[in-house]
Amino acid sequence: MPARERPLAELVVTSPRVAPVDATLRLETPEGIDVELRPAGPVARGLAIMIDEAIAWVVSIAIAIALSVFGEAGVGVYFVVYFLIEWFYPVLFEVLRHGQTPGKAALGLRVVSDDATPIGWSDSLVRNLLRVVDFLPLGYLAGVVSVVTTRHFQRLGDLAAGSLVVHADRVDRFAAEARAAIRTDRAEADRRLGAAPLPLPLAVAERRSLVGFAERQADLSDERILELTDLLEPLSGATGEEGRRRVVRMANGIAGVDG
Amino acid sequence: MKQRVFEEQRSTRWEEFAGLVEKLDGSTGRRLAKADREALASFPERYRELCRDLAVAQERHYSLPLLDRLNRLALDGHRILYTRDSNLVLRSVRFFAWDFPRAVRRDGLAVSIATGLFLVPALVVAAMITWSPELVYSVIPGGRVQEFEEMYDPAARVLGENRDAGTDLAMFGFYIMNNIGIAFRAYASGLVFGLGSAVVLINNGFLLGGVAAHLVSIGFTVTFASFVIGHGAFELTAIVLSGAAGLRLGWSLIAPGARTRWASLRHAASETVTIVYGVFAMLVVAALLEAFWSSKGAVLPEIKFAVGGTFWALVFAYFAFVGRGGSASARAGGGDGR
Repeated sequence: MPARERPLAELVVTSPRVAPVDATLRLETPEGIDVELRPAGPVARGLAIMIDEAIAWVVSIAIAIALSVFGEAGVGVYFVVYFLIEWFYPVLFEVLRHGQTPGKAALGLRVVSDDATPIGWSDSLVRNLLRVVDFLPLGYLAGVVSVVTTRHFQRLGDLAAGSLVVHADRVDRFAAEARAAIRTDRAEADRRLGAAPLPLPLAVAERRSLVGFAERQADLSDERILELTDLLEPLSGATGEEGRRRVVRMANGIAGVDG
Repeated sequence: MKQRVFEEQRSTRWEEFAGLVEKLDGSTGRRLAKADREALASFPERYRELCRDLAVAQERHYSLPLLDRLNRLALDGHRILYTRDSNLVLRSVRFFAWDFPRAVRRDGLAVSIATGLFLVPALVVAAMITWSPELVYSVIPGGRVQEFEEMYDPAARVLGENRDAGTDLAMFGFYIMNNIGIAFRAYASGLVFGLGSAVVLINNGFLLGGVAAHLVSIGFTVTFASFVIGHGAFELTAIVLSGAAGLRLGWSLIAPGARTRWASLRHAASETVTIVYGVFAMLVVAALLEAFWSSKGAVLPEIKFAVGGTFWALVFAYFAFVGRGGSASARAGGGDGR
């Protein structure tokens, strides 16, 4: 095995208990565990708003056309409907549909309270009423500035209501099933490779990365997998498919797979 | 314990929990089948077990995909367990009998200032126009002045014609859209250190004072007064209250007291939203009255004055007396906010 030029530990981020540098928010729940939320940034939120406004616009035009046959009474009903859409369209979806308006659902976002509980009526009302201020002076400029400068991507309405817009982590069911099928096939084959001891002591984070890599192979292309295991050549002593097998065997050893 | 062994021991439990989450996610608690309701009873315990598993996995530094999966399940469970399910009727009754008038009294200073910001400009403009009637055109655009004159011209009512029901409904819808929109904006713009609310109140004060003084000066007093008094008790009060709530929002940023500015804003927002709900209800009533009652030419002005006066008295009595008394703990609690 060729001598290593640099200690492996330098290539890997140390202890995952250090505060994450990205926008992940870690909360302690009443049960004493830490759960992680991923607040969504301005681009995703902006796209979601645009989709919602387009939908609201189309719906209100459709209703206007439908009501036009009723003459003046229809005009009155239309005013009420327009009012409800203008102020309450987001509120209804946020409270009744697990924090997802159609625009947010399309982007995989969700509105939650900042303690990870679902958003309530009052908070949803506050955050949507204050859209008026977020819109100032033009095109949500105040809101964008607020999202970009606060720690957890909150606009002014979110700050007042104690809410967050997070990535919903709702896995696309079809893709998940497809991946699960690949995963079990490969997992079976990898399991049969058996376990191997590590050639040198590794830190906790490094061991965790190896096991994580072995588990995530279904999400990567074959070329990418080999590219990654080739990087581990100082550890495994081989490249290509043989290198991958050795890395997987080491991961099996760490995870306790017997083969 | 190695990760695989850990996973094998517990994976059935996790899958059952995921299935339970899916079932509960798609329905409110009441509409579950009987078998599901029994499963529901075990939900808190299962959730606690899952939390233990997640904590153990975190401590033992198991792989990130596993932690991801458990984290996702935990978030779903947390979300379902802490969804508040409450009786809407009870809360509505409690709101009107208790939360709303107490909230208004609690923010009495803001309400007084808002009243001043509304009435003082109104009185000033009214005095100006009474003294020099052509000043009305400096305060209100000429086109709108003419609109108001046409609306309140007694000659239009001399034949006692009523609007048809369709027009009434159209006006109702218009008042809902217009007035409640103004009230919401009066509230929300208070975020800009209270300035937005102040501007809305002052503007509406100018408008009311200007229109009132002008119509009096050309002799339309009775039609105007009998129209306004019917719904004014609700509409004017609501505008003032929403402005007061906005002022409170702005003030929470200027003088946050012992909290950080954002925490102070959060606190003020959650307290003032009670007033916003009440304002909404009052303006719906005002819109109903304005569309279906105030403009009825067939009703004698005397009756309208009597009814309108009664409404004013009721509104004042409501905010002054309803919801008084009660225990200290109830006083310490907030409205039906978060």
